[in-house]
Amino acid sequence: MVSLLEIVIPVEATGLFSYAWLMIAIPLVVSAILLLGGKATDAWGHWLGVLGALGSFVVTAVLWIQMLGAPVDQRAVHVPMFDWISVGSLDLKAALLVDQLSILFALLVTGVGSLIFIYSVGYMAHDPNRRRFFAFLNLFIVAMLTLVLADNYALLFVGWEGVGLASYLLIGFWQERHSAALAAKKAFVVNRIGDLGLLLAMFTMVALFGSVNFTEVNQAASSAGSGWLTALGLFLLLAACGKSAQVPLQSWLLDAMEGPTPVSALIHAATMVTAGVYLVVRSHSIYELTAAASLAVCIVGVVTLLAGAWIGSTKDDIKKVLAGSTMSQIGYMMLAAGIGPAGGAFAIFHLFTHGFFKANMFLGAGSVMHAMNDDTDMRHFGALRKVMPWTFITFAIGYLAIIGIPPFAGFYSKDHIVVAAWERGWYFGVLAIVGAGITAFYMTRLMMMTFFGTKRWADGVHPHESPKIMVGPLVVLSIGAAVLGMILNNSIQHWLAPPTGGHPHDAALWEIPWQGWVTLLVVLVGVAIGYLMYRGEISFEQPHTTNPIVYIGRNDLLADKFNDAVFVRGGGKAAAGVAAVDDLLVDGGVRSTATLATSLGGALGKLENGYTRSYGLTMVIGVVVVGAVLILGRLA
Amino acid sequence: MSPNAYVVLSAILFSIGLLGFLIRRNVLIAFMSVELMLNSANLAMVAFSYANGTLLGQVGAFFVMVVAACEVVIGLAIIMIIFKTRRSASVDDQNQLKH
Amino acid sequence: MSNSIPLLTILGVLPLAFALIAFVVRGKAGKQLALVGSLVTLAVGVWAFFAAGSGDLSELVPWIPQIGAWYALSLDGMGRAMVLLTVILVPIVLGAEWTLDQKKAEAHAEPRWGGNVFGALALLVEGFALFVFMSADVLLFYIFFEATLIPMFFLITGWGGAKRGRAAMKFLLFSLAGGLVMLFAVIGVYGITAGAGQPSFLIDDFASIPMSETVQKVLFAGFFIAFAVKAPMVPVHTWLPDTAEQALPGATALLVGILDKIGTFGMIRICLGMLPGASLWATPFVVVLAVISIIYGAVLAITSTNLLRLVAYTSVSHFGFMVLGIFAFTTTAMSGSIFYMLAHGFSSAALFLAVGFLLNRRGSVEIADFGGVQQLAPLLAGVFLISGLATLGLPGTANFVGEFSIMTGSWQRQTAAVVIAVLGTVLAAVYVLWAYQRVFTGQPTDAVKQSVTSDLGGREKLVIGPLIALLLLFGFYPQPMINVVEQTASTTMNVVGMTDPLPGSMGGK
Repeated sequence: MVSLLEIVIPVEATGLFSYAWLMIAIPLVVSAILLLGGKATDAWGHWLGVLGALGSFVVTAVLWIQMLGAPVDQRAVHVPMFDWISVGSLDLKAALLVDQLSILFALLVTGVGSLIFIYSVGYMAHDPNRRRFFAFLNLFIVAMLTLVLADNYALLFVGWEGVGLASYLLIGFWQERHSAALAAKKAFVVNRIGDLGLLLAMFTMVALFGSVNFTEVNQAASSAGSGWLTALGLFLLLAACGKSAQVPLQSWLLDAMEGPTPVSALIHAATMVTAGVYLVVRSHSIYELTAAASLAVCIVGVVTLLAGAWIGSTKDDIKKVLAGSTMSQIGYMMLAAGIGPAGGAFAIFHLFTHGFFKANMFLGAGSVMHAMNDDTDMRHFGALRKVMPWTFITFAIGYLAIIGIPPFAGFYSKDHIVVAAWERGWYFGVLAIVGAGITAFYMTRLMMMTFFGTKRWADGVHPHESPKIMVGPLVVLSIGAAVLGMILNNSIQHWLAPPTGGHPHDAALWEIPWQGWVTLLVVLVGVAIGYLMYRGEISFEQPHTTNPIVYIGRNDLLADKFNDAVFVRGGGKAAAGVAAVDDLLVDGGVRSTATLATSLGGALGKLENGYTRSYGLTMVIGVVVVGAVLILGRLA
Repeated sequence: MSPNAYVVLSAILFSIGLLGFLIRRNVLIAFMSVELMLNSANLAMVAFSYANGTLLGQVGAFFVMVVAACEVVIGLAIIMIIFKTRRSASVDDQNQLKH
Repeated sequence: MSNSIPLLTILGVLPLAFALIAFVVRGKAGKQLALVGSLVTLAVGVWAFFAAGSGDLSELVPWIPQIGAWYALSLDGMGRAMVLLTVILVPIVLGAEWTLDQKKAEAHAEPRWGGNVFGALALLVEGFALFVFMSADVLLFYIFFEATLIPMFFLITGWGGAKRGRAAMKFLLFSLAGGLVMLFAVIGVYGITAGAGQPSFLIDDFASIPMSETVQKVLFAGFFIAFAVKAPMVPVHTWLPDTAEQALPGATALLVGILDKIGTFGMIRICLGMLPGASLWATPFVVVLAVISIIYGAVLAITSTNLLRLVAYTSVSHFGFMVLGIFAFTTTAMSGSIFYMLAHGFSSAALFLAVGFLLNRRGSVEIADFGGVQQLAPLLAGVFLISGLATLGLPGTANFVGEFSIMTGSWQRQTAAVVIAVLGTVLAAVYVLWAYQRVFTGQPTDAVKQSVTSDLGGREKLVIGPLIALLLLFGFYPQPMINVVEQTASTTMNVVGMTDPLPGSMGGK
């Protein structure tokens, strides 16, 4: 089903847009000052860090307002910076593409980012390395903005690996902890496997189209053979899976919760993990031309949304439940992105609202952990709503948003995806609705275990509300989670139509299609089940279970066990085999020449035995041989 | 006159000398065998020189005799010293220069 | 043709002269003189780098007319890059190994000679290597190719581990064996040119001489074997890990950073530049070897329990990339390969130096002896991490530019090879990050706490700072250097008679 592709040609930057690079430069300078300045900047480093994000946000907001005022066909702006790598057939330029899609992402990254930075000032107040934390956070902002603002796949890749690096540094921020160091390494390596996909995609693009520039690839896409187009789609999907923790590269996300909670909120909920969705939506012209790869994207999305929900239902660690939920919600976004122009804008809509309510909930979880001496086990929580009212109310708003209760944000954004999925195929629609039901179940479970019920606090834990610097961002984010759905419902489709190639049809707030009612019903059923199951006694220790569903969910769908057995152990044995080959065969071959030389020398040395008579005999034999040769030669 | 008889005699003498050198253990006997080999070569050279009518072989024989004399002088001196220090006249006992 | 100042001769002779002085002057003064000599050479080298860009610095003087040997020096793009690499690395290595007079590790033996001898030997290596990179005559190239082995041998036997004598002997015999094979090829060059009329060892003259295919292939094999041993490529690589393990990290940095580049330099200059037909014929075989090197080196790096061996194996892997880029026969890949030679010189030197800092403190480079070092020496951890990230080819570092250009350039002609090679990037992440995790993260043991008592000192920061800065500079702004090296790539492509594949020629509708 190939629609008419209207390729948007960006205009050259004029006026304020020429300074678009400031969005990236400000946090970069801040990060450099904080890293190179060292201990001298410890006293005020965190405030400078916050200014880095705020400064970038201000520039982004100004450019967005400018874009709002511009006519639709001039909203995509190309901001050249410098020639990066230009050799032979490869021409990579560092340039920015500030269009409707990227500015939306930039607003999300810098806006939500600024709020999380402010929160982190309070959350990391007792950490001696707080300044370094802000340096790495700013580094992340730099990389993420490079990713979304790049105008070609290569510069995107710089940002792509940059966020991977920032993620590594931040997950392993407390690297004294063995588990954190392992989680950081795992995240980077699994991401790298996904990066293979992006590299292979870029090589193919250069070979097929001579360029990796978005506009040029979009224009030339239809000239490639269908086999290569499908390959391109699958390569890009592999990359997206790695970065967005989609099946089969999802195993790193839950371990990434080892990092400080603001990191989980910013990177592993709102922004970095959504980069995969951005990649797929950006490459929509490729996916529109290959039904096989688009189907693969949808399948990956649907599988992941169910897998994430399964995991989230069985975990007792509040951050891991939220991580499973993130995996699941991104599955929704990928499903929508795989549907094509009809779904691309909805994927971004859900991405945007999800950024708000998921960050809100992660920060809320951080607030709860702060109060409970950094304990994350929900079995040790309970009845916190009276002690931490602000945290409870903001978290509740996020909860209502994610499960999709109108009029909160998630209702509108998820609804569109369910409708689009249903139109793509009824099986996608059914599974999406089932996923929504499970989401409602495990989120209700989380709320019941954390905020309701009886106190199950450990000894010495005296929970109290968090300081204002932490509660403030929670309030702002919850307001976003509450109203953004209504505000953006109609406008976002029109806003994003040019970059996603969609043809939006108007949707009023009160026009709820029948799928919306069905979803709401299933959600309410899920809420009811969660309420009924968890309003009673909850044990302090996690009970042993024989239920296979629970067992598999608790063990991350056995993915870690599989990876460990096949790749870590199996790979280890293979590597040991290669090392043995190297030592015995290859080096053995080299050493054998040495042994050969010495043994030959030893053997020949026996001729030199000191006995004159044997020397005489050798001479006689030699003379006879020479004589025979001469005589026979003469005769012949 | 054909040199056949003389060459055959020279070959026999050479073989005796060679076998003597290879078989006998006494240093002096080995030395004498070497002298025998040298003299057999002399005989062959003189015989061929007479058969060819030139003087080359006979002059060569003189050279060989002079060289043999020098060699005997030095060789006997070495044997004397070895006998004085090692108290042995066997060739096989002097095998220190082995690998 | 020749300028008024023979700048290239001066550049080559200067370190040799200072080496003689440093041999004679003992003690600290000798060390300082050696450092001064390397800095003067750095200045002249940078001057030559820029001068060669704007004018022709080549020198051509008849040397042994009877056999057609010329004293011919010239600097093209690749030569300029290699000269720059050499003159930058040597003062840094001398600064890093400033305290080499005391033995550092329990497992090490006492140093054989004083620090001034180290400096002198390093300058000898520098001088001979510079002459190799500047040679435009095969005999001259060969003589200096073999000459570099001698000071390197003494650098390895003089300082380091207890088994360094054996490692040095292995290195020497391996390289000499390769050199012997090349000698036959050099004589063959004489034979061919003499047969064509005028015997000549000049590189530029050779490609146009007609010769039978078999002869060309034999000559190619002779040269290639020597360069494969030098690079090193699998399966003639086993001398490198042993040498790296036993020698001082600074000496190994010189070996891997400068001398090993002679291998790939020779492949481009001599194998491709003089024997293009045979190079094309050998391509399938060489590409297979290159891909094997990439994966094999990476896997062995993963299994290494010794940090120096680990870094040595990463070099084997990276050289596989470089050879793949050379024999893909596109301008992009070949320029990427030359650029990677430069970038890898810096990144491997940085990594070796970082391991050297660890060695100086802990007295060991066994990974099992470490743990939690980041808490005691955060700056050292950061430096190691940045060098490691460059080694794994993170975008923003110079290595990425090289690797990406190689793989993109090779994609159309050697698709299967690139698919396997790109796995090397994942393996690289594993070996770098696993090593970092085992050495720097977690809790330090008591032994580590007692020995790692200080973070990077001023001298250490001074030697590794420029390397990190260069890696980042060439990562974000590589274009000027790419323009330099692209010139050699285009010239070589012309000689070989290949053109770049057109976009779209891979899979059209």
